[in-house]
Amino acid sequence: MKRSRLPFSPWHLLLMPLALIFVLPLVQMVLTSFMTTAEINQFPPKVIPAGLHLTGYTQLLRESHILRWFANTVLVSAIAVVSHLVLCSLAGYGFARLKFAGRGLAFLAIVATVMVPIQLLMIPTYLMFAQAGLVDTLAAAFVPWLASAFGIFLMRQFFLGLPVELEEAATLDGCSTLRTFVSVVLPLARPALATLAVFTLLSSWNDLLWPLVAISDDTKFTLQVGLASFQGTRRTEWAQLMAGNVIATLPLIVAFLVAQRRFIATMTFTGLKG
Amino acid sequence: MSITFAATPRTQPQDLGSRARSRRGRALRRNLTGWGFAAPATALVIGLSIFPAVWALFISRTKWNGISPATGVGWANYGNLVQDPDAAAAAQHTLLLTVLFVPGSILLGMLIAVALNQKIRLIGFYRTCIFVPYVASAAATGILASFVFNPQFGAANETLRRLGLPAQGFLENPGQALLVICLIALWGEVGFCAVVYLAALQDIPQELVEAATVDGASRLRVFLHITLPELRPVTVFTAIWQTITAMQLFDLIWTTTRGGPMNSTQTIVYYIYELAFQTQRLGYGAALAYLLFAVTMLLTLGVLWYSRRTGSEAL
Repeated sequence: MKRSRLPFSPWHLLLMPLALIFVLPLVQMVLTSFMTTAEINQFPPKVIPAGLHLTGYTQLLRESHILRWFANTVLVSAIAVVSHLVLCSLAGYGFARLKFAGRGLAFLAIVATVMVPIQLLMIPTYLMFAQAGLVDTLAAAFVPWLASAFGIFLMRQFFLGLPVELEEAATLDGCSTLRTFVSVVLPLARPALATLAVFTLLSSWNDLLWPLVAISDDTKFTLQVGLASFQGTRRTEWAQLMAGNVIATLPLIVAFLVAQRRFIATMTFTGLKG
Repeated sequence: MSITFAATPRTQPQDLGSRARSRRGRALRRNLTGWGFAAPATALVIGLSIFPAVWALFISRTKWNGISPATGVGWANYGNLVQDPDAAAAAQHTLLLTVLFVPGSILLGMLIAVALNQKIRLIGFYRTCIFVPYVASAAATGILASFVFNPQFGAANETLRRLGLPAQGFLENPGQALLVICLIALWGEVGFCAVVYLAALQDIPQELVEAATVDGASRLRVFLHITLPELRPVTVFTAIWQTITAMQLFDLIWTTTRGGPMNSTQTIVYYIYELAFQTQRLGYGAALAYLLFAVTMLLTLGVLWYSRRTGSEAL
């Protein structure tokens, strides 16, 4: 056997370089954020900074509203996640279990919305936001993420898979539909709710297009729009740009490392059932 | 209780009137409860997609700058699109990007999934490294990529220099920019494909593989004749999903080249954004968006039709 000549599996020869290609740019992003401009412009380029220079961070704090953008993004994502959890689980339960007139048609319409591409919506949605007075407010960033077809679909699929007997028992005991939902069904739905929360966090935190279209006041920016506009004016301030990138990305990376299993479950669900 | 009721034959027709009334009352209550659960999310989702999509159709038949009143021009916007060289170039760029990105992400995703499905050491470390870019936003990825591919002091040219290869312009070279953007998009999105394939691989019944191995099939043959056919439904799905991703790529272009150099990375989506929000040609932009929608829809239906005909339904 040729294979046994290597002291390790040949798969390492493929996986090790791949893993490095995927992770090294992120490492370089963090390292560069701690360099001085002189260090970055040096030739040949340095990889490891001589020391932990915080100038990138301090200048970014001074010259942009990065803390404001961070707070805005946290607020937008928090509203999006909470609203998604409440509205999509309610609707998912309605479509899975309750019988009401127009249920099939409404669900079909929701599924059909997945086919509508975002570019088609940009122009009229901007006009709608303008009509509703949402332009240049944070609401423009979170209103599109209050609920989603994907969220409703995910929760419906989950509830369809639950055994119906528990709910029937609760109804027989005199629980109202809402009571049954809150105290019997929701506690069982924790894994699906976690998946939904991860999905919403990722989409709302990383969203660029909606806030870019509807927000031009730089104190109302989210992190993504803020960074993009900061980059537009300071193309060569790499330490500051990388510092901004670290601030915008690190919370999600930490969340990913802590709850990797949940993130992967979310990606899998998006892929296999979405 | 409900079981007893269902089993009892209806023997009391005399009370029909009041019963019908209470049945109607119950139906009303049921409908109200159901809609109470479903209405808020349903209204939001439909109000923010189907309603604006229909509105966009009306906008696409006007000439409008968003301020002065719109004037109806019928289908003229669509007619002009056909002769617009910028639209044709944007379509070409989008097509090239899609043709490179979709097979690239499918092949690479499948390869990574097969590799990550091995029971070897460090596999958790590899998995973490490969999936982590997926959580980084396209905006952050674009900013990072502008640094890595910077011709003067970026890591990409430094690597080429160490290998004794000539330095490249990358994002500043009109002939390379689109290709580089495709690579960056793969870096950010391939983790998703890999996860999906990995889950599908783990769903393949182990007996199938074992039976073939016992029959003396080599690993390659097992992969070609058992694994690949089992992965077909997932491949149909990823093909559709990644096509849509490629055709809608915007954030990454916004934070790297903004359509340049010399319009070489101007895709259709980017062109629509420019038309609508920079040159204020709302009607024309909406018409282009509708055209793109129609093409995406036809492509999706085409893939679905093809996969159904060849017997690997995904949806």
